[in-house]
Amino acid sequence: MTTVVDVDGVSKSFKIHYERHQSLKERLLHPRTGHSEDFSALSDIAFQVQEGETVGILGHNGSGKSTLLKCICGVLQPTSGEIRLRGSLAALLELGAGFQLELSGRDNVYLYGTMLGFSKKRVDQIFDDIVAFSEIENFIDTPVKFYSSGMYVRLAFAVAVNVNPDILVIDEVLAVGDERFQAKCIDRIRRFQQEGRAILLVTHSADQVRALASRAIVLESGRMIANGEVAESLAIFRKHLLGDTPSNEVNEHHVGDVHIDSITTPTGSFDVQSGASVHFDVHISSATAYSGNFVLEIFTRAGVLVSRSDAQGAPINLRPGENVIGIDLPHVPLLDGVFDINVGVLDPRGSNVKAWSEKVATLQVTYGGRQSGLVELDSSIRQG
Amino acid sequence: MEQSSSSEAVHHSVSNAPVRVMSARVKLGTRLVNLWSRRELMRNLVVSDIRIKYKGSALGLLWSMLNPAFTLGIYYLVFSVVLKNGYPNYVIFLFSGLVLWNMFQNAVFAATGVIVDRAGLVKKVSFPREILPLASVGSAVIYFLIQICVLVIFLFIFHHAPEWNMIEILPITFLNVYLFAATVSVVMAAFTVYMRDLKHLMEVLLQLWFWMSPVVYSYSNSLATQLGTHHIKLLYFMNPMALLVLTFQRTFYVNTLVHSTIDGHLIHMLPTWAPSSFLYLNLAMLAVMAGLFLVALVIFGRLEGNFESEL
Repeated sequence: MTTVVDVDGVSKSFKIHYERHQSLKERLLHPRTGHSEDFSALSDIAFQVQEGETVGILGHNGSGKSTLLKCICGVLQPTSGEIRLRGSLAALLELGAGFQLELSGRDNVYLYGTMLGFSKKRVDQIFDDIVAFSEIENFIDTPVKFYSSGMYVRLAFAVAVNVNPDILVIDEVLAVGDERFQAKCIDRIRRFQQEGRAILLVTHSADQVRALASRAIVLESGRMIANGEVAESLAIFRKHLLGDTPSNEVNEHHVGDVHIDSITTPTGSFDVQSGASVHFDVHISSATAYSGNFVLEIFTRAGVLVSRSDAQGAPINLRPGENVIGIDLPHVPLLDGVFDINVGVLDPRGSNVKAWSEKVATLQVTYGGRQSGLVELDSSIRQG
Repeated sequence: MEQSSSSEAVHHSVSNAPVRVMSARVKLGTRLVNLWSRRELMRNLVVSDIRIKYKGSALGLLWSMLNPAFTLGIYYLVFSVVLKNGYPNYVIFLFSGLVLWNMFQNAVFAATGVIVDRAGLVKKVSFPREILPLASVGSAVIYFLIQICVLVIFLFIFHHAPEWNMIEILPITFLNVYLFAATVSVVMAAFTVYMRDLKHLMEVLLQLWFWMSPVVYSYSNSLATQLGTHHIKLLYFMNPMALLVLTFQRTFYVNTLVHSTIDGHLIHMLPTWAPSSFLYLNLAMLAVMAGLFLVALVIFGRLEGNFESEL
């Protein structure tokens, strides 16, 4: 195994200008002012990527993943440290950044190809492949300013993957084109993997990392907080996602005398393995005896309702004082992710809310398998 | 990059591929090697630059000849016809200096704002950034070559023979003007990122610079002769364009001493140096220019680290 990317103690700091003096007049008038402060975007990042590896780089916005990527691609120079690359590199940073609007697609393919560091001869060899991949045969001699944004990006993607770089760097660009084209891109990436090329995949989508990567690195405020197995790194990524946006904006309301106090688990933790069983205790205080329905909702962080279930016709009977309602999930079918739990007490007909508590708890599900999405299907696929 | 592109799932190996290092400072030698290895990109940038410039215009590249021809016509009208400077074959004199000046001005003018103009590219794609200003110089070279062809046609029309002994100096002079234009372009392009005014300042400065170089008027009418009486003629030649323009004029206009077409009195058009003096001066300048160019690359290297945050 050969190391193709060796990031060795890389730090990058930016000057943040509070007052920018960009004109000569301002520079002359205020030679000393124009406060700036150093902002450390990356500090002491070190990792290696071996030939044939696909490494996911995860991080939230502002975690430094794009800065790291730009350093690896050579768009930015690290403030200290070194990055050693072996072999050719093509980056899908912002697709089509090198395109000249006035020039035809054909001219841009050559210009972009040489910009990525490949010779004209090489682009000649693969020109037909590029055009075929991008599916814009009829427009290849049209100036790219007349292209739709999809065509534009497709052409850029086609150049970058068809030059067959030794190292491919992908930054959140798999959302290119329609679903069919996306499938084609994923397909091409899989072929790259089979050919033993190294891929760096930068994303904040855990699904993409799970589907494609063999290892994942997590960045948080410019520091590397994880570098290892995809599942482990994803769990760390989740933890920090939670730490970042505390779900303390509990949105609750209660009418009259029923109040949802808290929700607990026997272990005290809301971290569960996908497929494992989990038990919740919902603590409800009530001033009077009350008989009603109970509702459990599970939402994704993006606000998609995964499931709503209720007591299924069997009312819950609240006594005056403290009550505990137990919820059993014998087999959590959720895949890797963070889920918000809402619980509520409704009147028996289900039309009036008696008490409601939103985001009363946050469930963190860890999943080690290769399925992606929200829920695990017990699917088995075999020859018919 | 050895593997064939069409074959399916060839297991490829990079163990022999060279290692590239990205760090805070790129050494000068590495810079030069990088530039040389990306010469194809430079060529493509020049070609696309010229294509875009004349895209959609009916006359296309012809404009690169028409434009200086108009300038030439105007100066001829003003100085030869209206002001009656009495220089014989004034068009040849003017053109031989103007062709060189145009190259310098076109290059510097285009290069000064090029990094700012192509911010989108600079922030997203990796390549040696000096290539952008150098490609501007490259485009200027193409226009220069076209204009040289026109100059040769003029020589035929006017039955004006060049100084054959001087022809061999011209490649050196060309290299000088290329390196000088490249030096100024690379430095200005980098500084303009930090001070956007430089683009406008450069426009004004280039006008002043033009009139300080003996393109329109003869050497004897220039500041040089007055400075000469104070033994500070060297000051005039601190402007590298002065010597380079004079070399071109000496080659194509040839005559150092002419009779005025108005009243017949003698005019010193050019310094009466021997061709060998021109050769040595140009060679000496080549050494200086090569050194300056390297310094320019070093300055550029120091400045490019913060391009991203300034653009």
